Amino acid sequence: MSVDTFHYDNKVVRNFGIATMIWGIIGFLVGLIVALKFIWPDFLGFIPELSFGRLRPLHTNAVIFAFAGNAIFYGVYYSLPRLCKASMWSEKLSKIHFWGWQTIIVSAVATLPFGITTSKEYAELEWPIDLLITLIWVIFGVNMIMTIMKRREKHIYVAIWFYIATFVTVAVLHLVNSFEVPATLLKSYPVYAGVQDALVQWWYGHNAVAFFLTTPFLGIMYYFIPKASNRPIFSYRLSIVHFWSLIFIYIWAGPHHLLYTALPGWAQTLGTAFSLMLIAPSWGGMLNGLLTLRGAWDKVREDPVLKFMVVAVTSYGMVTFEGPMLSIANVNAIAHYSDYIIGHVHNGALLWNGGLAFGMLYFITPRIYETKLFSTKLANIHFWFATMGAIFYVIPMYWGGITQSLMWKDFTDQGFLTYPNFLETVVQIIPMYALRAFGGTLFIIGALFGIYNLIKTAKSGSLLQNEEAQAPALQKHEGDENESWHRKLEGRPLKFTLLTVLAILIGGVVEYMPTALIDSNIPTIESVQPYTALEVEGRDIYIAEGCNNCHSQMIRPFRSETERYGEYSKAGEFVYDHPFLWGSKRTGPDLHRIGGKYPDSWHLRHMYDPNSTSPGSIMPAYTWLLTQDMDMESMPNRIGALTTVGVPYSTRYPEYAIDDMKAQANRITQGLRENGFDTIEGIEITSEKKVIALIAYLQRLGTDISGENDPFGELPSSKKLSNVILEDK
Amino acid sequence: MGVIFFLIFFSISVALIFLVAFFWAVKSGQFDDQYTPSVRILFDENKSSSKKTTLTNKRDS
Repeated sequence: MSVDTFHYDNKVVRNFGIATMIWGIIGFLVGLIVALKFIWPDFLGFIPELSFGRLRPLHTNAVIFAFAGNAIFYGVYYSLPRLCKASMWSEKLSKIHFWGWQTIIVSAVATLPFGITTSKEYAELEWPIDLLITLIWVIFGVNMIMTIMKRREKHIYVAIWFYIATFVTVAVLHLVNSFEVPATLLKSYPVYAGVQDALVQWWYGHNAVAFFLTTPFLGIMYYFIPKASNRPIFSYRLSIVHFWSLIFIYIWAGPHHLLYTALPGWAQTLGTAFSLMLIAPSWGGMLNGLLTLRGAWDKVREDPVLKFMVVAVTSYGMVTFEGPMLSIANVNAIAHYSDYIIGHVHNGALLWNGGLAFGMLYFITPRIYETKLFSTKLANIHFWFATMGAIFYVIPMYWGGITQSLMWKDFTDQGFLTYPNFLETVVQIIPMYALRAFGGTLFIIGALFGIYNLIKTAKSGSLLQNEEAQAPALQKHEGDENESWHRKLEGRPLKFTLLTVLAILIGGVVEYMPTALIDSNIPTIESVQPYTALEVEGRDIYIAEGCNNCHSQMIRPFRSETERYGEYSKAGEFVYDHPFLWGSKRTGPDLHRIGGKYPDSWHLRHMYDPNSTSPGSIMPAYTWLLTQDMDMESMPNRIGALTTVGVPYSTRYPEYAIDDMKAQANRITQGLRENGFDTIEGIEITSEKKVIALIAYLQRLGTDISGENDPFGELPSSKKLSNVILEDK
Repeated sequence: MGVIFFLIFFSISVALIFLVAFFWAVKSGQFDDQYTPSVRILFDENKSSSKKTTLTNKRDS
């Protein structure tokens, strides 16, 4: 038996480690900035690029794709070659993957704060970046699969299975959720509308948690916990059962994000059922990780790596217990839209993802630098800062979330809402927001200690760039494995045909999907009509400013909600909403029935200074909406793109879009003037300002079901075109 | 609600991919031995760290 000598590329591992730390700190700091805005709404508020609505997606993207993402690759590029007893298939692809991924992150930083966003959570990046993500992801996948193909170890260890599942599923999710039609270089509209868009988004959104924040980290757990404790995994059989059951169940759980919404009931029930089942594989995995340390708990006392990992797995257990519980309709009715969910995800993010990421950093760094950890004591201090930080973050959010939600639902003996003013319920939990910011600060201080420790560790050694390793060649595997795989297929024409059909089907469905979806977008409520050009602009401003990060547009059919907001939301009202803007969190009240509730001048004053209309409000001021001009130039293109995705504008509507915008904007400005709002504190209110478009959109929201609307009635297009809206045939 | 059928289709496709992978794994004997793999990963055949190199060649499968 010949023995091969080969090398592990530690440089790419080191690079991903550095990226994990740098982006981690940036992501955490952005998180702290947005947390402080809950206590001091004006904090950095004068800079539009740093407003809450624009920074919140930057925070989530930074911690998910930059911090956790780089940590995943850090773990994969370290463990995969060692498990396969082979160097990575292509060092060049590793390098392209590394720099490509960093480019994606930098382009997120360069777009999100400037209001370039799709508004779909964790898929906010616009279409050119989506294409880049696809390319880089495929490069990662090819490099990984090829490494597995030429492994020198016949057995595929369970961690690798988790990595494969991550690659395959994220690829499918990203592709399906990113079907969008570009309107301009940096603006696109999804082919899906309303309920359909919501369903696709949360199918993606939930599985992003499942296959980006869970499965790769489970793979990491299955490699690094045994390695760090020098104990085999408690039960290898359980790990295999864990893997296969988890991936088969996870992908159906998405609809639990849409309970009590306009999504069909059976789809909601399906989501709940699968979410409940998930507790079995999740807890199986959690116990498997913890029980690995049987008889080695003394090591946990000594070793910071194990400390981080034990807390990570414990947190995984907590979060995967909460998940199924939150998917039960009655529980969801209280927790959804509240800060409880923010607590839930940070439990997972700070301790599960953060814990494993830092555990890995402490494990790998001394090894690839051939040295010892600079200071175990400092690592222990980091551990306690991280753990206490997470506790100070999570518990106030649980407390505050439940408190606020119960206040929303409270009725007096006479049957009126006890807290009819939404603001009262917000002010009530501001102390909790302050505690949360304190917890976050602790976590960041801990991370800074950690980074200092790791830098010192690296400096005390030198990087072993190419680590030499030896393993016997896998003779049977080399060469004829591919042939035999093919020959087997050739010998089984039925199976071969089936696989081919499947491949063609997928391709066919992908091509056919947009058309089929557009056809099925036929409105179910006759009086619901598309937005006028000015309202489209207002909607795009709403998206760019990230209003959906704090305001939902989905009134659930509870008495407490219909009393507060008005008629509950119906699926048919959203058929022209590309994208849907239902939101997932109510820091402010729901806006679906805001149209016509207040005069235009109220909105103008509210945007300029929320405290002037709602004293004590923590909504930031949007003064720049009064000074920045709206974008009229690209409107014909945007109307064109919306027509392509199925909004039934007349094909000639783009020609009249700008005239329509001007006419409607003039009318609103005129109305404001008549009420004495020509200026606000010296700022002249003119018709081309962004705020006018936003007012037009807000005043339209949720009003169509009354059947009294004629949105295009007074506009120039209706006089020139016999039909602004194509009749549905 | 046309899209739900597409999502079901994609979900089933992903599931099928994994089902095929699962059958392949079982057939090719990936899961025949449910103990050694868990122990084997603990040994690294690094030339630089000379520890335990003697254990590496005990694979007798």
